[in-house]
Amino acid sequence: MTAAPAPKGTGTIVPSQGSAHSRIMGVGGYRPERVVMNAEIVDQIDSSDQWIRERSGIVSRRFAAKDESVVDMAEAATRDALESAGLEAAQVDAVIVATVTHPYQTPAAAPILADRLGIRGAAFDIGAACAGYCHGVSLASDMVRGGSAQHVLVVGVEKLSDFTDPHDRGTAFIFGDGAGAAIVGPSETPCIGPTVWGSDGSQWQTISQRDSWVELKDTGGIGSPAIGMAGQSVFRWAVWGMAPVAQKALDAAGVRAEDLDAFIPHQANMRIIDAMIKQLKLPEDIPVARDIAETANTSAASIPLATERMLREGEAPHGGLALQIGFGAGLVYAAQVVVLP
Amino acid sequence: MAQSEQEILEGLAEIVNEETGLDTESVQTEKSFTDDLDIDSLSMMTIVVNAEEKFGVRIPDDEVKNLKTVGDAVSFIAKNQS
Repeated sequence: MTAAPAPKGTGTIVPSQGSAHSRIMGVGGYRPERVVMNAEIVDQIDSSDQWIRERSGIVSRRFAAKDESVVDMAEAATRDALESAGLEAAQVDAVIVATVTHPYQTPAAAPILADRLGIRGAAFDIGAACAGYCHGVSLASDMVRGGSAQHVLVVGVEKLSDFTDPHDRGTAFIFGDGAGAAIVGPSETPCIGPTVWGSDGSQWQTISQRDSWVELKDTGGIGSPAIGMAGQSVFRWAVWGMAPVAQKALDAAGVRAEDLDAFIPHQANMRIIDAMIKQLKLPEDIPVARDIAETANTSAASIPLATERMLREGEAPHGGLALQIGFGAGLVYAAQVVVLP
Repeated sequence: MAQSEQEILEGLAEIVNEETGLDTESVQTEKSFTDDLDIDSLSMMTIVVNAEEKFGVRIPDDEVKNLKTVGDAVSFIAKNQS
């Protein structure tokens, strides 16, 4: 028997050096051209415009063109975010794409997006569904502070129209397409609060692709990889489970609800938003993102899209404090307080 | 302390009133939540969570679909109250 090897002990690793703090430098959004009113959805689910509005607050949504990909939409939102941040693409050294609707299991969308922008930095996707953007902001912030990147592009993008069963009364009216992007970079003051995040995988079937790729393969590709959802269970978890998470994110940042300039929850359903506000006891004068009415639920894209709209329409101030919370399939969630760019 | 079915009915009627604005008098045991009281699935879940809190019971998600009438809910709560 030979002796266990001993380390040479001659080399030492230089520690990585990051920025003391991080901030969101700019946000951008892309909404596909085609507006789809409820009237276009209702026949296939034996429903009505009123029924959809009462159950979700959704009036219309955008659907991407047939030949418009997740990467196309992500690129458009990114160019908007770069302009908002006053940065060139060449200054971005890491790309994180949050999506559940990039239609390739491999490779990820991020390196393709990076290539479109001429970026050769780290590029990877994260699978955190509707909470993907807040996960991405958390990772990006830690990367900037940890020194593994200086400017991180975070994109939430979905083409849910490709993954929705138009005959499913539980989901057909809920989902939409779009992309939102943010650039996270160094800061002299803390502008991204601690992330409160977690998961409950015991409820993974609550929101899920109905059949696995392998099951679809075994049926010869008959059927579609549509997303199914147990609406009532999601509602209970989202409202009574997530309001305390939102409160924890406020507490972790040392911010009171009355200090907020905006509340930007994932745009899952207007009823969830209203019930969450009630549970959170959010002061009535704080602007709340309600982009869902015209954009529907765009999963990972919903928070950056809603943020972009609130800033563009002057509903929330640049430099203001916003509480953002994403929650979705997994079940997973992430929340943090940020300073709006 | 366990409550009588009449007390549970009255408590439940208050919860329904708060969520939907329906008159508490209209919340009777034979009424169907969906067909008679026009309560949709998300309002039903709000009522369920508020009932859990008020009566100290756990009503699992899978059980909610079995609570078709007000009487079903009253019976479930009475049976499961500690």
